[in-house]
Amino acid sequence: MHGQTIAEKILQKHSMDPGKPVKAGDILFCSVDFLMSHDATAPMAIRAFENMGGTKVFDPSKMVLILDHATPAPYERIANLQSMMREFAREQGIPFIEGGEGVCHQIVVEKEYLRPGDLALGTDSHTCTYGALGVFATGVGSTDMAAAMYTGKSWFKVPETIRVNLKGTLGKGCSAKDVILKTAGVIGADGANYRSIEFYGEWIDRASLSERLTIANMVVEMGAKCGFPCCPGLGISADADARYLMEAEIDLDALEPMVARPHAVDDVCPVSEAADVVIHQAFLGSCTNGRIEDLREAARILKGKKIAEGVRLIIAPASRQVMLRAMEEGVLATLIEAGGAVFTPGCGVCVGTHGGVPADGEVVLSSSNRNFKGRMGNNKALIYLASPLTIAASVITGRITDPRELEE
Amino acid sequence: MKLQGHAVKYGDNISTDLIIAGKHTKTLNVRDLADHAMEDLDPSFGEKISGGGVLVAGTYFGCGSSREQAPVALKEAGVLFIAAKTFSRIFYRNAVNIGLAVVECDTDAIDEGDILEYDVGSDMLKNMTRYRELAVTPLPEIMVEILKEGGVVPYIKKHGGF
Repeated sequence: MHGQTIAEKILQKHSMDPGKPVKAGDILFCSVDFLMSHDATAPMAIRAFENMGGTKVFDPSKMVLILDHATPAPYERIANLQSMMREFAREQGIPFIEGGEGVCHQIVVEKEYLRPGDLALGTDSHTCTYGALGVFATGVGSTDMAAAMYTGKSWFKVPETIRVNLKGTLGKGCSAKDVILKTAGVIGADGANYRSIEFYGEWIDRASLSERLTIANMVVEMGAKCGFPCCPGLGISADADARYLMEAEIDLDALEPMVARPHAVDDVCPVSEAADVVIHQAFLGSCTNGRIEDLREAARILKGKKIAEGVRLIIAPASRQVMLRAMEEGVLATLIEAGGAVFTPGCGVCVGTHGGVPADGEVVLSSSNRNFKGRMGNNKALIYLASPLTIAASVITGRITDPRELEE
Repeated sequence: MKLQGHAVKYGDNISTDLIIAGKHTKTLNVRDLADHAMEDLDPSFGEKISGGGVLVAGTYFGCGSSREQAPVALKEAGVLFIAAKTFSRIFYRNAVNIGLAVVECDTDAIDEGDILEYDVGSDMLKNMTRYRELAVTPLPEIMVEILKEGGVVPYIKKHGGF
C-alpha cells in the first residue's frame, strides 16, 4: 500500500472503520466535526431537517449559523427567513452569528472553530477555504446539511489529488490572488472536479495565513472538493509516497499580475493583455480578498490618490474585526478619502444578493472568486477578477492597470 | 423507475448563477424558484420544459455555488432528469439528494426534441428518436438508493439515518 494524501488521511480518520486504509475512489460514511450554514441556504436546510423528522440536531456545539448573504436584510422576505434562522438557533442552542459580523468563512477562521485534521461541511461552495487550516472542508447543499445536522454523518467519495508545485517566489505587484488565477488557467475550471488539490513550494512554505486562505478559497473554481496549501505549519501532511492523479508546475518567478476575463474563472491573462479595458465599478472584499492584508495593499496604492471619474469603488471588509482593524490603522480612511464606498461586512456584493449591482454593459473589476454571467445580479454586466493591488491601481486610472505601473 | 421525456438542449459550463440567480434564491416557495429557472440563459425555458422534459447539456453542468435552489428550481419547473457530459460535483450531489436523477453520458448523440428514456440506476440511456443506447457513467450504490426513495429526506425518514 502506498502512502496517503491529506484527503485520504482525514476521511479515513473520520470513517466508521478508521483502522481500515482508504484510497481515492472509496465511498465512506464519515462523522463530521463541524457544520456551517448561512442565510442563503440554511432556511432550506432547516426545512429539510424538519421534513426528515429531525427535532434535535446531533450536536449544537459542532455547528454555527451565520447571516452574511443579505445583511442587514434588504426586504421582508429575507428578514423573515433570517428570523427563522435566529429562532432555530435559539431553540437548538446552536451558536449564531448576527448579520454584520462578516463573511461566514472569515468568521469561522477568526473564531477558531476548527483544528487541523477536522472534517467540516458548509452549505457554501467556498467552504473549501478551511483547507488553509488543514481541514477537509467542502461545500454541500441544504439537504446534505440537513442529513448531517440530523445524523452527525455524511457520505463521501474519497477524491483523487492533484499536486500543484509552485516554483520560485512572487515578484513585485503579484499576490496570492495572481497565483490562484494562474493556477485556474492551468488546471481549468473543471480540471479538479471531484478532486483535492495540494499546493507545494517555497512560496507556500512562507505564505501568510491570509495568502493561504486566498489559495484554498478558490480551489472550488477548478471544481475541487477540497484543497490544501501545504506549508510546515498546516498541522497535517501527506505521506512522502502519496499517490497523485497528476502534477502541475507553475513558475512563480515568471508570474505577472493576472485577471480572469468574463465569464469564466479560467479565462485568465496577464493584466497587461487587458490593460485597455475601461471599468465602471470595482469591488474590494469577499472571502477571497476582503481581509486586512488585502485592504492594506489597496490603501498603500490609493494613499493620497482619488479614484477616476466614472468609477465606483465598493469595499466590503470580510468581517467586523477586519473593519475595526482597518479603522484603527487608518486604512479605511485612506480608502474612503480616495472615493471608496463602504458596505456592511458580508457576501451580498459578490453574489449579487445585496448591494453593488452593476448596470447593463458595465465592466466590474472584482477581488472576489467568481465571474459567471449574472454573478453580481446582472447578466448583462462583465466581471473581471483580479488582486486587491490590481484593483487599487485600476480605480485610479479608470481602466484595468498593472499595479507595477503605479508603484514606485 | 422509468423516466421519459423530450430533450431540451443547452451548451457547456452552465453555472448555478445561470440556473437560478442568487437574487431569486431567498425563498422557501419552490414555485418562485421554478419561475426564474434558467431565465438568464433562455427566457422560454419554462415553456420548453413543461409537460416533462429532459434537460440536456454539455460539460460541467451546474458549476459554481452550492445552492440547492438550482436543482430544486429545475425539478419544480418540470425537468424529469438531467443528461450532461459531465456535472459539477456539488450540483450532482444536490440533484440526487432532492430526488432529481442525473445522467452522465455523451450528449452529442442527443438533439433538441429527441425522446429520451432512463431507468434510474441503469447503465444505459435510450434515445427513442434515434434508436440508440448511450452508455451512462454508473452512479454509486448509495446514490441509486437515495434516488429510488425520492431523495435524502424520504430516505432518512424510512431508514432513520444513513
